[in-house]
Amino acid sequence: MTEIIVVTSGKGGVGKTTTSASLACGLARRGKKVAVIDFDIGLRNLDLIMGCERRVVYDFVNVINGDCTLKQALIKDKRFETLFVLAASQTRDKDALTPEGVKRVLDELAAEQFDYIICDSPAGIEKGAHLAMYFADRAVVVVNPEVSSVRDSDRILGLLASKTARAEAGNGGVKEHLLLTRYSPRRVATGEMMSVSDVKEILGLDVVGVVPESQDVLTASNAGTPVILNETSDASQAYDDAVSRLLGETKPLRFIEEPKKGFFARVFGG
Amino acid sequence: MGLLALFRRTPSSATVAKERLRIIVAQERSARGGGPDYLPLLRRELLEVIRKYVNVDPDAIQVNVEREEGQEVLELSVTLPERKAAVAPTTP
Repeated sequence: MTEIIVVTSGKGGVGKTTTSASLACGLARRGKKVAVIDFDIGLRNLDLIMGCERRVVYDFVNVINGDCTLKQALIKDKRFETLFVLAASQTRDKDALTPEGVKRVLDELAAEQFDYIICDSPAGIEKGAHLAMYFADRAVVVVNPEVSSVRDSDRILGLLASKTARAEAGNGGVKEHLLLTRYSPRRVATGEMMSVSDVKEILGLDVVGVVPESQDVLTASNAGTPVILNETSDASQAYDDAVSRLLGETKPLRFIEEPKKGFFARVFGG
Repeated sequence: MGLLALFRRTPSSATVAKERLRIIVAQERSARGGGPDYLPLLRRELLEVIRKYVNVDPDAIQVNVEREEGQEVLELSVTLPERKAAVAPTTP
């Protein structure tokens, strides 16, 4: 049974691609057969974050147009035997993706016994974002604890509840999960940043992960090694917990509180 | 932070953000899920008319549009105050 997970957000720059890459690696590391697809037609980036940019020969649109087979376009990850990347096309043709074409590719991946298909959505609410979510079974909504990101993600929740195959079929809709990124426990403690429970309360979603703000994310994308693979990093452990929760395990949230200060630090500040 | 924080009375910026978001998100949700966009205005005008005769609470009026098998039903529900609490019509 193949499960299709869309990683979406509405707002750009909140960490969709970083999240897609890390979740895909985390699932593959647990032995799952995973395909991760870049839906950001025209602005290919997932290949860079996954570190396979020099091995892109064919892309998603090539497969849809029949220029190549799906097998030829899937890039096998060098770290995990069961992980494959399908790169976005760099065409400027907005109509390159069609619902029929996307469905055909997803069906073919299902026939190839993939356990998970991660759809890395582009920002916005245009066609690419719509098609990335349309066939999804579940959605990971990536949110920064910041007003515009939260508001935009609520727009996305509205679309997930109405403009998806599951919503249209009326069979329970898409299962939605909240994943907070760039979380700073220190700023939450000083009242400068909304907390996990604040965002959870506004959006009414269950939390699948909270990834702390981390310098390791930039280092990871510099190197083309998804941050989840840097196991000493807090961000890596937070993503790995999120993968466990996606697989149905119960894990307490980590990295959401700053270490307790001593008495003197509390009285005299610092 | 520290001692000074104890005397601070202004709400934190995170609290402000949460409050603003709560309002705008509720508003946008009702706009997209709650039927046609004339509903809030319709509700307000109905309230004004009803208040000419009965002193009802602003929350006592519910206006909903329900979709049932190809037709839309406009549902209007007004909760009147209890008899003894009912006051004479207010003169404008």
